[in-house]
Amino acid sequence: MTATELHQLTLTEIAAGLANGDFSSVELAQCLLERIERFDESLNAFITVTGDDAISAAKEADAARAAGSGGVLNGLPIAHKDIFCTRGVRTSCGSRMLDNFVSPYDATVVTRLADAGAVMVGKTNMDEFAMGSSNETSFYGPVRNPWDLDRSPGGSSGGSAAAVAARLAPAATGTDTGGSIRQPAALTNTVGLKPTYGRVSRYGMIAFASSLDQAGVITRSTADAALLLGVIAGIDDRDSTSADYPVPDYLGSLRESLDGVRIGVVRQHFDEGLDESCAAAIRDALRVLESLGARVTEVDLPNLDLSVPTYYVVAPAECSSNLSRFDGVRFGYRAGDADDVLDMYCRTRGEGFGDEVKRRIMTGTYVLSAGYYDAYYLKAQQVRQLIADDFRRAFEEVDVIAGPTSPTPAFELGAKTDDPITMYLNDIYTIGANLAGLPAISVPGGFVAELPVGLHLVGPHFGEQAILDCAYAYERQTSWATRSPEGYR
Amino acid sequence: MNARSAERTNSLLLPRKLTVSLDTDQVRHIAMLARLKLADEDFADTVDKLSRIVDFVDQLSQAATDDVMPMAHPLKMSQRLRPDRVTETNDRDEIQKNAAAVADGMYLVPKVIE
Repeated sequence: MTATELHQLTLTEIAAGLANGDFSSVELAQCLLERIERFDESLNAFITVTGDDAISAAKEADAARAAGSGGVLNGLPIAHKDIFCTRGVRTSCGSRMLDNFVSPYDATVVTRLADAGAVMVGKTNMDEFAMGSSNETSFYGPVRNPWDLDRSPGGSSGGSAAAVAARLAPAATGTDTGGSIRQPAALTNTVGLKPTYGRVSRYGMIAFASSLDQAGVITRSTADAALLLGVIAGIDDRDSTSADYPVPDYLGSLRESLDGVRIGVVRQHFDEGLDESCAAAIRDALRVLESLGARVTEVDLPNLDLSVPTYYVVAPAECSSNLSRFDGVRFGYRAGDADDVLDMYCRTRGEGFGDEVKRRIMTGTYVLSAGYYDAYYLKAQQVRQLIADDFRRAFEEVDVIAGPTSPTPAFELGAKTDDPITMYLNDIYTIGANLAGLPAISVPGGFVAELPVGLHLVGPHFGEQAILDCAYAYERQTSWATRSPEGYR
Repeated sequence: MNARSAERTNSLLLPRKLTVSLDTDQVRHIAMLARLKLADEDFADTVDKLSRIVDFVDQLSQAATDDVMPMAHPLKMSQRLRPDRVTETNDRDEIQKNAAAVADGMYLVPKVIE
């Protein structure tokens, strides 16, 4: 193994190489930091690079290995989406509002990964407060897709996806409120896992919509996603919505055969709106799953087409409440020269938030305001229940639901910024899993005109193993996940 | 329960004419409730885009939801309780490093009382 190839390794390969003594954690960290220095100008995937901290953490990992200790991720590099609080490091959430915020504590996800020995290389770019599907709402500018620099890597975890796709980090954390891990993974040929609501602690993860937000990972292989999930999953006293549910050995339980697995396909997913070439790629993927032993049948999600409007009531409502904490008093941006305290609040928020965040706060304020609450918010929570019931019934008949992650491959930067609704509809296939709290994964599912397409797999509550098994078997049978973008090899 | 009729399937991705919209006064009121000062040059665009969003979500009004309990939690879980004991230390000084203006452990804001 030469030093120049280290960036091509997956986490599980790195772990084997480190254990074997083929290279050290410090060599690996240096290799990645050099690549970030060389390539990130073209991508803008990182908001903050933590080079010095990475080298010292890597040294500690090497020392631990030499001493025969160290956790399951000892010396493995990872990038964190800049929505996760990292002690002593700026945590911006992609916003001017938090451009000057240095977190006094670590998110639980960050703590658990660090305790297992992971080495943070930096904080990745994202849509402002995770509100967006193209990474274009970031205060720090858009991220570019390494597969085509004129195109978006998706969002909101666009920086994490671009960094992993371009081999600047073997893995990154992400968050997913409506598709923010899975859609960027699909658009960059990476694996994106959103666990069951409550599977992973949200402590220290800056809140957008608390009943939908869930932390997850973007990796280059399903095995790596399983490895990381095993570390970050589990109950946390600091998040009362984290689930008290056993954490299995996801990685050790992966299986290649899909004999007896029942896979459901939603007919409406293939109706108009889905790019024809994407549809063809996903149909091919379904045939591969069948060839591995799965039985594919049709399932009906009759309220599916109401999922995006439901989401755009529930998510903005929760966001308007969560983001009320940004008032210029205790942390973050404060506007100068205010006449009085009300003026200070209004100007701080008017100047500190970007346009999309302001639109969502106002949408949420409107649907929660007197006279509109029943018509919008209560109604949306009722439809949300219907959508969750649809999934529950479908999972009485099948183990996994498969389909496309995104209606099209990566779109050009600027193509959808004029109309919020066009942008919102990017998440049409992914939002349902958030509304119902279900685990879902996007895995590399082929290419259309040199652009990656994602295969989306949804499981029942705490059914992470079932979707990981399908993803793993599919990945072993195809070679999509091993492809890397030209210019970043 | 099927909340909507079969022929409306796929309507989501087709262009629609606005049936619900917000006016300038409503948007001004919402912005005040949300404590957001909007720049004058952004105002017309905000009214237009918010109208499109509200019109889009108004599709929900067609859903049949009689007797449907609104969802309270995706997993039907209730909030855990914990013993009421001190678990965190006092990090006031460190936490206040992120504030724009503090004095004697307090946060300073523009004058509230004349």
